[in-house]
Amino acid sequence: MSMTPNIDLSVAIGGLTLRNPVMPASGTFAEGLEKVMDFNRLGAFVTKTITRELRAGNPLPRVVERPGGLINAIGIPSKGVPYFIEKIMPHYAAYDTPLVVSISAPTAEGFASLAAELSIPGVAAIEANISCPNIEEDGKAFAMRAESTEKVTRLLRAATELPLWLKLTPNTGDVPEVARAAEAAGADAVVVANTILSMAIDLKSFKPCLGNIMGGLSGPAIKPIVLRQVFQCAKAVKIPVIGCGGISTAEDAIEYMLAGASAVQVGTATFLQPAAMTTIIDGLRSFCLHREIPRVTDLIRGVVIEEADEPDLAWLDPVS
Amino acid sequence: MSIQLDQSQAAAPSGAPIGGSAPWKASIVAELAEVVRNQAVNAEYRHLVVNCSEEAAAAQPGQFFQLLCPQPAGEQPFLRRPMSLYGADPDKRQVEFLYKVTGAGTRGLDTLRPGDQLDIMGPLGVGFTLDPEWRHIVAVGRGAGLATLAPLARAAKANGTQVIAVFSARRPDLLVSVELFHRHGADVIAVTDSEATSGPANVERILRRLVADGRCDAFFTCGSSRLMRVQQRLAREFGLPGQVAMEQQMACGIGLCYCCVRDFNVNGEIVNRRVCWDGPVFDLMEALP
Ligand SMILES: Cc1cc2nc3c(=O)[nH]c(=O)nc-3n(C[C@H](O)[C@H](O)[C@H](O)COP(=O)(O)OP(=O)(O)OC[C@H]3O[C@@H](n4cnc5c(N)ncnc54)[C@H](O)[C@@H]3O)c2cc1C
Ligand SMILES: Cc1cc2nc3c(=O)[nH]c(=O)nc-3n(C[C@H](O)[C@H](O)[C@H](O)COP(=O)(O)O)c2cc1C
Ligand code: FES
Repeated sequence: MSMTPNIDLSVAIGGLTLRNPVMPASGTFAEGLEKVMDFNRLGAFVTKTITRELRAGNPLPRVVERPGGLINAIGIPSKGVPYFIEKIMPHYAAYDTPLVVSISAPTAEGFASLAAELSIPGVAAIEANISCPNIEEDGKAFAMRAESTEKVTRLLRAATELPLWLKLTPNTGDVPEVARAAEAAGADAVVVANTILSMAIDLKSFKPCLGNIMGGLSGPAIKPIVLRQVFQCAKAVKIPVIGCGGISTAEDAIEYMLAGASAVQVGTATFLQPAAMTTIIDGLRSFCLHREIPRVTDLIRGVVIEEADEPDLAWLDPVS
Repeated sequence: MSIQLDQSQAAAPSGAPIGGSAPWKASIVAELAEVVRNQAVNAEYRHLVVNCSEEAAAAQPGQFFQLLCPQPAGEQPFLRRPMSLYGADPDKRQVEFLYKVTGAGTRGLDTLRPGDQLDIMGPLGVGFTLDPEWRHIVAVGRGAGLATLAPLARAAKANGTQVIAVFSARRPDLLVSVELFHRHGADVIAVTDSEATSGPANVERILRRLVADGRCDAFFTCGSSRLMRVQQRLAREFGLPGQVAMEQQMACGIGLCYCCVRDFNVNGEIVNRRVCWDGPVFDLMEALP
């Protein structure tokens, strides 16, 4: 057998080195996947978003499928912080894979105190899910505006020394501007993005399909949209951008890295193929082998754009 | 360009085991199974048999699989569909399903022909448990619930436990698996809507007689919350144990997404559980309709 050249799959994300760029998306991962894949193969673990208070989650039905995607309104059922520390964290302690804890709170102060409380041994980074309603901003998500993103990031930065990732929402006009605000206030990375706000109606009953009326679209259907946002954000900031949206194959992950993503998160694909993440890792390695790319980081921002081809997106947003 | 990965490469864990422990091995698999048979058993139900791996064929009664259904013409089911194990043969490496065509996913299943491939994921969930002390158990099912109870009959026989099955259907010709239960030495009592025997009052009368005759050490049920309530009442009255297999819409089937939750009454407290991960089989007394 011939010697296989060594492909370096490792990536650095703001102070954290991951063995490869593939990790789960928040809310689509839990201990049960231990029965499907070797957790020591993942780049990182990312938990379901946790909150300080106990939350029941949204009314049923919580998901509805549409061609190429899934609309979910799970809400954020949460058993609170002590439960997380005592019951959930030990599952992950057995593995040599960094644990990224996703957090959410209704106020910027709430985010900061939760991050401080979770800055404990065993937690490798904080991912702030700022795509949920901000009660100080009339229910608009923090990440819908640069100002609220800047504020919550600043407070978070002061509250924790852990690497800090900000998970942005795609449901706003200017995601790169929001990413810049997060960078300016001290974020170590941005995750682009959460689900796309959407809706489905049942023609038998004339009722919305989801108990919560509206939900977030994920899956292959959103990939082209989020890929574009990752491309824009990677040009706007120097901190790493973690791509998340509709990634189900190694090709999808490579496309994201070429667009500027330093790592990727895999969500809905795991529901359809539970071992999607390890299959993607294997696929990344074979791609690099075949194309003689020694380090996976060589793919990042690899998209070839001639000067004259610079896209003009002004028509998308006549105000800007 | 596309990247071809052979199965062995995709499934093989990379790197040496940490700290000299045994290499990691999947106990839940998603794999392409080969269709052996896919036939109508009556006007509503189809029987699907597939060749599968050793892991999948190790499925236990009450467990289920998530099937990635083929797309029927003009429809695009996106999620997998949960189906109870109807039969498993570890020697032949086969699993069986009994399904009713109801929507896009099951219409897709109906297009499968022998030799076709079907992506199955499992075995999933917590199945039934049988106490070796039980001499008689009563299994009450309606509709597709009978499919879920069928493998229990076989396991009970191996356990030396007699099964008395009470089957409910709209019409006698829609009763399924009666033969199969007979083969495993079960007694079958059929009740139907068309003969006006399936009402809860009549089922309760039948069950009371079984309890009185000493032929019910535990209740097992699936497919009807009306019938479940009857059994809960009797179980409480006579201090009998019971188990129920529940259904809920599922996205992941493996405890990740929390879309399949239901409320349960655990010692007077209402708790939320995931049907796919904490069940689908639950303690009869904790289930809420
Ligand atoms: C653990 C479990 C075991 C099951 N075992 C069997 C079985 O052995 N035989 C059988 O015929 N059916 C069984 N069902 C029901 C079966 O999963 C549904 O009938 C099937 O999903 C319908 O899919 P469809 O695309 O044909 O219908 P659609 O109506 O097009 O489905 C649309 C959506 O609703 C969901 N859905 C529809 N009906 C049900 C239902 N009854 N329960 C939960 N979700 C539903 C689907 O999963 C899908 O997400 C089981 C369900 C569960 C949860
Ligand atoms: C069922 C479900 C639950 C989710 N829960 C969360 C969550 O708790 N926190 C969060 O930041 N994102 C959550 N998400 C969003 C995902 O993390 C991800 O951003 C999104 O699904 C897009 O990626 P995908 O197309 O790969 O799924 C959830 C998505 C799904 C489908
Ligand atoms: S279906 Fe996802 S948690 Fe049960």
